[in-house]
Amino acid sequence: MTTAVRPLPGMAREYRFPRFERHILDNGMQVIVAAVRKLPVVSVLAVIDAGAASEAAGKEGIAELTAQSLREGTTERDGLQLTVDFEQLGTSLEAGADWDTSVVSMTLLRDSLTAAFDLFSDVLRSPALPESGFERLRAERLAERMQILSEPRGLADESFSRFVYGPSARYQEPMSGSTESISRISHADIQGFHSRNYTPDAVTMIIAGDLDVDEGIELVNKSFSSWKGERKRIVQEADMRARSSRATELVGKTGAAQSELRIGHVGVPRLHPDYFNIVVMNAVLGGLFSSRINLNLREAHGYTYGASSYFDWRRGCGPFVISTAVESEVTGAAISEILGEIDKMQREEISDEELTLATSYLGGVFPIRYESTAAIASALATMVAFGLPGDYYDTYRERVRRVTTRDVLSAARKYVSADELQLVVVGDPSKVRAPLEGLGIGPLSVRDATES
Amino acid sequence: MRIPIETFRLENGLLVSLSRDTTAPIVAVNLWYHVGSANERTGRTGFAHLFEHMLFQGSEHVQANEHFELVQRAGGTLNGSTWLERTNYFETVPSNQLALALWLEADRMGALLPAMTQEKLDTQRDVVKNERRWSVDNQPYGTWWERLPALTFPESHPFHHSLIGSMEDLTEASLEDIEQFFAAYYTPDNAVLSIAGDFETDEARRFVEEYFGSIPRGSSRPPLEGMDLAPTFGGLLRSVVEDDVSLPRLYMAFRSPVFGSEEYYAASVTGAVLGMRRGSRLYRSLVRERQIAADVSAFTFDLSKGSDLLIVDVTARPETSPELLELEVHREIDLLIHEGVTVEEVQRAVALIQTDMITAMQSASERADRLSMFAMLLGDPHLLNEQADRYASVTVERVNRFVLERLCSENRAVLLYVRRSDAESKNEVEPIMVAAS
Repeated sequence: MTTAVRPLPGMAREYRFPRFERHILDNGMQVIVAAVRKLPVVSVLAVIDAGAASEAAGKEGIAELTAQSLREGTTERDGLQLTVDFEQLGTSLEAGADWDTSVVSMTLLRDSLTAAFDLFSDVLRSPALPESGFERLRAERLAERMQILSEPRGLADESFSRFVYGPSARYQEPMSGSTESISRISHADIQGFHSRNYTPDAVTMIIAGDLDVDEGIELVNKSFSSWKGERKRIVQEADMRARSSRATELVGKTGAAQSELRIGHVGVPRLHPDYFNIVVMNAVLGGLFSSRINLNLREAHGYTYGASSYFDWRRGCGPFVISTAVESEVTGAAISEILGEIDKMQREEISDEELTLATSYLGGVFPIRYESTAAIASALATMVAFGLPGDYYDTYRERVRRVTTRDVLSAARKYVSADELQLVVVGDPSKVRAPLEGLGIGPLSVRDATES
Repeated sequence: MRIPIETFRLENGLLVSLSRDTTAPIVAVNLWYHVGSANERTGRTGFAHLFEHMLFQGSEHVQANEHFELVQRAGGTLNGSTWLERTNYFETVPSNQLALALWLEADRMGALLPAMTQEKLDTQRDVVKNERRWSVDNQPYGTWWERLPALTFPESHPFHHSLIGSMEDLTEASLEDIEQFFAAYYTPDNAVLSIAGDFETDEARRFVEEYFGSIPRGSSRPPLEGMDLAPTFGGLLRSVVEDDVSLPRLYMAFRSPVFGSEEYYAASVTGAVLGMRRGSRLYRSLVRERQIAADVSAFTFDLSKGSDLLIVDVTARPETSPELLELEVHREIDLLIHEGVTVEEVQRAVALIQTDMITAMQSASERADRLSMFAMLLGDPHLLNEQADRYASVTVERVNRFVLERLCSENRAVLLYVRRSDAESKNEVEPIMVAAS
């Protein structure tokens, strides 16, 4: 009835990442414009070269709160008016901070671009940063903290960072701050963070969508050429591991239906000569649905709905993490399987089939990732944040294809440290404590989920 | 803005929609089967979704795990999802791999059963039980997905029971169930296929005919019984749940006109007026001005048969009691009935909805999925191009009529999550469960 003959692929059609042009205004502000002519849609994204990693110790969360406060009005419009003005144009302003940058963005229909860009530039040039709005946002952030900590996934992620990084590393604290640090942030703190960092020489304006390059540059030039200011740079601290041997922490949540597992250690920075080897290695280990860890835990054993691994890429050394949630009864067995997969990855070369699965997947899905103007703008923001070369996206697929099975083995041996694995389990102590003790995964510390 | 749409139907009943866009060398394939949790028989809750998992376990000419591997090796992405009245399967691949994606879908539509084994079923049953633990049982508010339909649809109604299913029913599912379900629902005349992106029309047509053409039509399917419902609940429905949550949360649902009906658009705009983004009524009042809520949203379930639901979801600030939260949301809805909406509110809502609709069309996968949705639920994929106009024609009067008819106190269902610790220490909140009729 159905045919047994598998179809072969046809001739592949050429793909290029959208062309873009860079321009620098006299005040040092950078502009990148990509003309994407597909639908009448435009994305505008401002990257500010100051993220959570540049925050002072004890005041973690300033970058996020400062970015959010931008939405609370300008010298021209109060917060409510600003919100409604954007939304009447069919868009809204998104604002937030990641580890390395702060980002303000909007996506909208072409017809509204001129009017919305006026509002956008008003926000960047003349934000009011009112105290009342700041107080409300801080209270909302604190409420959000309570939500994160009552959620096993969020709790596991945060407990892992706290366990893996040493006390002087910024990465030990949550990216958007802890309850304690957010409580300490004052209105003057965000005003200070803003005046030090939101200056033209620290901002790159990215526009991707249905417009000409010249039109985009002119739009930015008109609104921003008279903007003055110079950035006061703060040097970041070095990152540190908490310890250099295996250790395990059990975060007890009585009655939990599953165990959330995080296994890994401090990883490597984004700008790394072996980046592509590491990406392909991770794809085989736990990055793909058909990765070793997912096929083992999900498809062979049915222990979980899904298991994956990733390197969290940052300017500094972000973590390498294997992440899954398993039925409580199989917590020990699942950890053993994961350790077994790491060991196998470091012992022998992967097969050619596994290599080509990973490289053809990574190369093939590349154009699928950049279908929308927002995704293209965001890719350009990543290029800016990490200082990637202008041909990075054009050469990406070729560089993935060049990775060999030997490169993967060497990356697994060099950048996954079996001796240093740190394990965090959020689960029911009565079910998982005993199995954890016999696993050979280092000393076990136990705390209750309600303790910080 | 209109996207190109062509349609044709195979002799076996498969309705096919094509939308060509050669901007990037990628193509999306999307299949909707007209079956969801509503079609499950008594004692088999969760089966439609478990069955979806089984469709990734191989078919006559595809080994276990090979379905995922072949698509990923081709450089594509894929997944599936189950909803109350449909199940969908989709992949986006480089355009030169279109034939592979279609062949894989055809092989499992035409010849799934030879690949089914007890071992695969047992493993996927465990995977799904873990999905339930992960997304429902071990997640704050996670049970709302099954509690709200249980509260708002009468027990005999096909939308009443849990989509993810009970552990007991999942345990009971057998290979025989797989055979029956497959024979009844996974047939070309009970499915629609959509292809969006970079393809040559003649070639795409040829592939579809070659791979799907010989799959036979199904025989009769058991009809969904008792779908029709009165326009309102006929009173306040209320359920209070003690859970491991840190902030109280209220879901308020209104029985609402079915997806695609004339009044659906007024319902959808009302939802946006109430809870879409920071300029919405509930956000402005409860989050920004009075600061008793931490977050607000509103959405419809988009059900096309019987009755849809419009839902607003409001999370309290830590210092707000569940009683106050509930009181204030009722009060805001009463105020909307009393005042009516303004032209500006409707314009804001329509502008936001239209931007979202058009930006979503940038993705081939979204485009194909929407085509399947309109083809299956409303019988005409071309309706995708009418949506912007449908929303633009919603007037203040129509919204106000909807508000009067459907947001009234006889048509509210309240699902309130309270902190377990609060409930224990105060014992103030009376757990009341009133079933819908």
